[in-house]
Amino acid sequence: MSRIPLLALGAALLLVSQMQAGFAANSYEDASKLFKQGSYAEALEKIETVITANPRDARARFLKGLILTEQNKPADAIKVFSALTEDYPELPEPYNNLAVLYASQGQYDKARKSLEMAIRTHPSYAIAHENLGDVYAKMASEAYDKALQLDRSNAAAQTKLAMIKDLFTGSVVPGKGSPDTTAVAAATLPSATEKPATPAAKPTPSATKADTDAVLAAVNGWAKAWSNKDANAYLAYYAPNFQVPGGEARANWEATRRDRIVRPKLIEVSVGSPKVSFDANGRAVVKFRQGYKSDALNTSGAKTLILVKDSDRWQIVQERMN
Amino acid sequence: MKGPARSHQAGSRQTLAQALVAVIAASASFAWALSITPAPVSRQMSTPEAMLVRALLDIRDSKFSSAFDHIDSLLLSNPNFRLAQLVKGDLLLSRTRPINSIGNASGGSAEQVAGLRDEARVRLVRSQIEPSTDLAPRYLLQLPKKEKLALVLDSTKSTLFVFENTGKTPRYVADYYVTIGKNGLEKFREGDKKTPVGVYHVVSRLPKDKLTDFYGSGAYPISYPNEWDQMRGRNGHGIWLHGTPRDTYSRPPRASDGCIVLTNQDLETLAARLQIGSTPIVIADSIDWAKPDEVESLRSDLASSIENWRRDWESRNTEAYLRHYAKNFESNGQNLAQWSAQKHQVNAGKNWIKVRVSDVSLLLYPGKGDMAVATFEQDYTSSNLANRMMKRQYWIRENNKWRIVFEGAA
Repeated sequence: MSRIPLLALGAALLLVSQMQAGFAANSYEDASKLFKQGSYAEALEKIETVITANPRDARARFLKGLILTEQNKPADAIKVFSALTEDYPELPEPYNNLAVLYASQGQYDKARKSLEMAIRTHPSYAIAHENLGDVYAKMASEAYDKALQLDRSNAAAQTKLAMIKDLFTGSVVPGKGSPDTTAVAAATLPSATEKPATPAAKPTPSATKADTDAVLAAVNGWAKAWSNKDANAYLAYYAPNFQVPGGEARANWEATRRDRIVRPKLIEVSVGSPKVSFDANGRAVVKFRQGYKSDALNTSGAKTLILVKDSDRWQIVQERMN
Repeated sequence: MKGPARSHQAGSRQTLAQALVAVIAASASFAWALSITPAPVSRQMSTPEAMLVRALLDIRDSKFSSAFDHIDSLLLSNPNFRLAQLVKGDLLLSRTRPINSIGNASGGSAEQVAGLRDEARVRLVRSQIEPSTDLAPRYLLQLPKKEKLALVLDSTKSTLFVFENTGKTPRYVADYYVTIGKNGLEKFREGDKKTPVGVYHVVSRLPKDKLTDFYGSGAYPISYPNEWDQMRGRNGHGIWLHGTPRDTYSRPPRASDGCIVLTNQDLETLAARLQIGSTPIVIADSIDWAKPDEVESLRSDLASSIENWRRDWESRNTEAYLRHYAKNFESNGQNLAQWSAQKHQVNAGKNWIKVRVSDVSLLLYPGKGDMAVATFEQDYTSSNLANRMMKRQYWIRENNKWRIVFEGAA
């Protein structure tokens, strides 16, 4: 397939959305803020105006899906994410969220198909892999229950699948980024570029080897706590001002992390060829290959941790899968 | 997810394939397991079992997505096929972690999983059954014209074969997967959870609405304990052919209390052709297949023994007549001496005897081949008494001669 028409289309979209960017971006930010505050009805109202102004705004429609999910309207949320997958089949996040919603309704086969689509377009999409692992396990256990005539409907544990809270957050990187994805992203998500949190730490002119060692020790300690399934120790590596992915509430995020850490029988996290650098603000940026192996999943991917020194401890303020 | 994750998955799938081969190999040689090919064309290919077998063979060949498709469409039409659910679970689980055996379900009992593994093995074995046109079970020596079919159960293959009476060599019609007693064959005592070995017939029909759901689409009691069983002191009762509960497509190969359990679908198909009160069922450990001329020589040997017995009875030469009876003969509480005394007495008062024998059924008893069951219509007339009855005789080979060990009304 020739890329030229797609790029041209992307350019056209870019033009259209730039014309509305000022208004739309503001309203989107407002809606997003309201959403994070838990004012879902107002957030929904706000985002509807954004969508009316620009029906192709993927990010706004995505937020609408999230709002509907929080409002416990899974059928409506499914419609929104489903339409997104049709309009933007190259975006993995709507597939993922669609899958989470299907899974929450016990429609594991649909969830599986959605996640497989997400992975087909973005083979390195870690969350989808993790979710797919959960869905496979859940389907397997369902099949086993039928095989052995077990009725676990009462004890049915809800699957804890991760709903992606934002398009293009730090924690979600849509794989290799095919050209059309980039075009759509640029066109419809003018304000989606990530803004790093304003650093609290003072700049340090030159990092010492001692600093590098201390940072590596922290990263290794973090991986070890994770591998030991010691959720408390693991969470202690995160700074109080840690930028929770997707703007989720810290408590929710911690609960999800705890569950993910406690649930597998076995976890093995490895830190491969870490590279430490320090930015102008004295924050340590550690890039490494993270290996993750559990009884349910075996993946590896590039990870970046940004750590800040608070008194004597290096703590994580940002975490991303690249 | 490049490299490691993919290869990990492939690795775990491979172990599933190995596990399957191990399951197959548990009952047969490894080489044989690898040489399994889909069921012969002569047998139905669209049955749930055929679809399951195709999925299992796909797993062996590492064609996992094709296996999953087969299982999925099979479960769509037969959601209660427990073994298929188990295999589906394995196919899914193998995507999340390495697995080493069939049936990785947590919960449930080890016995349940073992039962389903057994079923997988048996279903594969069954897929290799290729009904032969030139061999027939040795047991079916002769069937009377009115008898439409005969059933022969091969317990090692968990298979009930249906043969049609053609007047000559019985013709294979169908075969069904069956469940037999938890503790196997050779039923002896009430409650031993065993299935009897022997020659029986279907005695009655219990309709679905008179039964609990456990028996499925109906039940067909068979004639255990038969006359021979009773002579041997075997007891217990209620050996039935029956179906499965609504929520169960099929049960593991050895799971019943002695009954022979078919899927409801198969039972209904079979039931339409059963002749209540007459259809014979021979239950064997493993079917002894024989060439028609071997069967014919056995048949004619036995038939002429019966003819000689009939003629000697008509001759009123009581000594000659009694030579057809075995030393340990029994008939309704009479031993050979009592029987002989009575026959001497009765025959002495007669001027003539005429015996006509028709509709003869001759069935060889499974086992050593030294016993047979003859059932026929006997038309007896004499100078002072006439009587028409269905008679049953058990003939054994004694000193290379067929002799009657039991005789009574059928």
